[in-house]
Amino acid sequence: MEKEKFYYDNKIVKWFAYATMLWGIVGMLVGLIAAFQFVFPSLNFSIPYTTFGRIRPLHTNAVIFAFVGNGIFMGVYYSLQRLCKAPMYSKVLSKIHFWGWQLIIVLAALTLILGYTTGKEYAELEWPIDILIALIWVVFGWNMMGTIIKRRERHIYVAIWFYIATFVTVAVLHIVNSIELPVTLLKSYPVYAGVQDALVQWWYGHNAVAFFLTTPYLGIMYYFVPKASNRPVFSYRLSIIHFWALIFLYIWAGPHHLLYTSLPDWAQSLGTVFSIMLIAPSWGGMLNGLLTLRGAWDKVREDVILKFLVVAITCYGMSTLEGPLLSIKSLNAITHFTDWTIAHVHVGALGWNGFLTFGVLYWLIPRIFRTKLASKSMANAHFWIGTLGIIFYAIPMYWAGWTQSMMWKEFTADGRLAYQFLETVIELKPLYMLRALGGTLYLVGAIMMVWNLVATIRKGSALDYEAAEAEPLPKKVASHGNEHWHRWIERKPVQMLVVSLVVILIGGIVEFVPTFMVKTNIPKIAEVQPLTPLELAGRDVYIKEGCYVCHSQMIRPFRSETARYGDYSKSGEFVYDHPFQWGSKRTGPDLAREGVGNNKKSHQWHYNHMLNPTNTSPGSIMPPYPWLLTTKVNSGDIPAKIRAMQKLGVPYPEGYDLEAINDMEKQANKITSELRKEIALANKVEEDEVNIPANTEIIALIAYLQRLGTDIYKTETASNN
Amino acid sequence: MSAIIILVFISIAVAAVFLLLFYKAATNGQFEEFESPAVRALSDDELCSQEKEK
Repeated sequence: MEKEKFYYDNKIVKWFAYATMLWGIVGMLVGLIAAFQFVFPSLNFSIPYTTFGRIRPLHTNAVIFAFVGNGIFMGVYYSLQRLCKAPMYSKVLSKIHFWGWQLIIVLAALTLILGYTTGKEYAELEWPIDILIALIWVVFGWNMMGTIIKRRERHIYVAIWFYIATFVTVAVLHIVNSIELPVTLLKSYPVYAGVQDALVQWWYGHNAVAFFLTTPYLGIMYYFVPKASNRPVFSYRLSIIHFWALIFLYIWAGPHHLLYTSLPDWAQSLGTVFSIMLIAPSWGGMLNGLLTLRGAWDKVREDVILKFLVVAITCYGMSTLEGPLLSIKSLNAITHFTDWTIAHVHVGALGWNGFLTFGVLYWLIPRIFRTKLASKSMANAHFWIGTLGIIFYAIPMYWAGWTQSMMWKEFTADGRLAYQFLETVIELKPLYMLRALGGTLYLVGAIMMVWNLVATIRKGSALDYEAAEAEPLPKKVASHGNEHWHRWIERKPVQMLVVSLVVILIGGIVEFVPTFMVKTNIPKIAEVQPLTPLELAGRDVYIKEGCYVCHSQMIRPFRSETARYGDYSKSGEFVYDHPFQWGSKRTGPDLAREGVGNNKKSHQWHYNHMLNPTNTSPGSIMPPYPWLLTTKVNSGDIPAKIRAMQKLGVPYPEGYDLEAINDMEKQANKITSELRKEIALANKVEEDEVNIPANTEIIALIAYLQRLGTDIYKTETASNN
Repeated sequence: MSAIIILVFISIAVAAVFLLLFYKAATNGQFEEFESPAVRALSDDELCSQEKEK
């Protein structure tokens, strides 16, 4: 059969490579700032836009969706064309995909800094951006599937299977977790509440790791490791088993993020069992990657690209063994909410994702620009500095996690908690410093890479469209050359079925989920009542400032936790929480019962603490929030918020949206006058000399904090203050 | 715990889609032999050594 001539589109790969480098540096730099804020809280600069609660989501979103995201697209667009022996399906779609994704990144950065967030980790972006993400993701999938259909190579190489799974699953995860009720253009509440929201969120959160940080990168591994070492993959059969086993197991593991919480036990066990089973395919994949280099280990000594790839795969192996182990309840009881989690994710992020991306960049750029890498020795230096960076990051964080947990759980001989929470924080400061040093090394390495690659780009000239030729597929299984894409579906009933199923699924989810969720949001504890309008506004301040990033609201049923924080959390306490705010890390203490018993503080304490945490807690590393004292609370949206909550099944009386502002002012005035009394007494001045406006965010936040955890202790007569 | 019913339903649906894809791929001969695909993936860009630019 006669060969057809065509051109691989390297230009789009080049663009994604540039974006990967740019956002990589930005994301890591933001992470480094966050790391230094742990040691020098003054680096929060006392303004909202640079404070940790907003910086941390900016860092996670930037490195996951901007750095790794563009890295995925770079790897996919390069390898897919070559594996299919076909150019990308549509140059226009490629362009829309590229610019659309960059637009999402910029919008994400702006809104997160400005405090627009849903308060759900790794899904913080507000609803208009969520819709944009879904659209651009479909553009990516369309472009990819089109290319696969028009391929000239009959066999679909294993890497492509990983790409397909990534596309399908991320689409479903994103849509299901992002079903939210818009209140205003940049504010929404998720339809799920409390335990339900937590479950959906971590089903998403875990699979974001699985299908955004893992499967696409495994596809990239299966293409670029053989390429870079010029050896076929160790066992192709194993790679196929790896793929199918991994995707069938991964999606069930989410509940392991919620062990010992109010999630039903059987759901927790389900998560544990599937997580442990995941060791098999994960390690199968890791060994397959490493053994691809069998007989070529001498090359690893010479070739810096292979060094990066080997460390990346090793880190993949370590974090996929560690993950299942952390899913065992007895180990999770020690590590959860501590810095151990931070160490775990960074072995994956810095080692697996970072180093694999670096390896691919070092391999790709000289090829596209038809030249040699500008400086081999610099790349080698990057490798060693980066590896040291990972070690200096991970070891102090493992150490910190262990120390923290042991201190939290330590009792004295007479049965009291041995340490105040603050003491555990101060103990960790040197380790946080070491971590920041590790991060600095890693970033310096990445900057060296960018410098090196820019020099390479300057030296070479880009081959934007690379000529290639291949025989078309034989007609019987042909891709129907120039026909319109949907012919393929029309002619093949099974494919038609798959596509309709997906469409129906999405439609069904959007229609069915909200009503279903609302109907079942019946409170299980009679005393648990909806928040007052002021408390609701305070909760939105709490979400806006990212308090959940450092403070959990979930007391686990351990003696060390009930002694410190009060009675363990019950699922019925969260039925009106849209979104849930259980958190995943305790840099500060748990706040689930901040308004109860030993935890309860005066209004004045909260006021001074927010102004500057070291006023009340010397040595605290919490950032100051002075703007809360002057920023007016958003009361204009309160009627809309109440109506939205009513739609979600929160039982405010009918017509309450109109009375809400009144109630809000009443409660704010009450708290303000109590606060003024306390301050006047403490400073020995007259009450009139204390000037505190009642309509500020601090008052709403105090109202919310004082309410936390109190409901189940309320007697009927004392309700509704 | 109605959310878990939704999640199980969706997860099974996703798994079903993958199962169907697996079945289609297997019956279409995608997994007939496991030796050549790994080698062929290595040799894709040598095809065009004579002409490099558009």
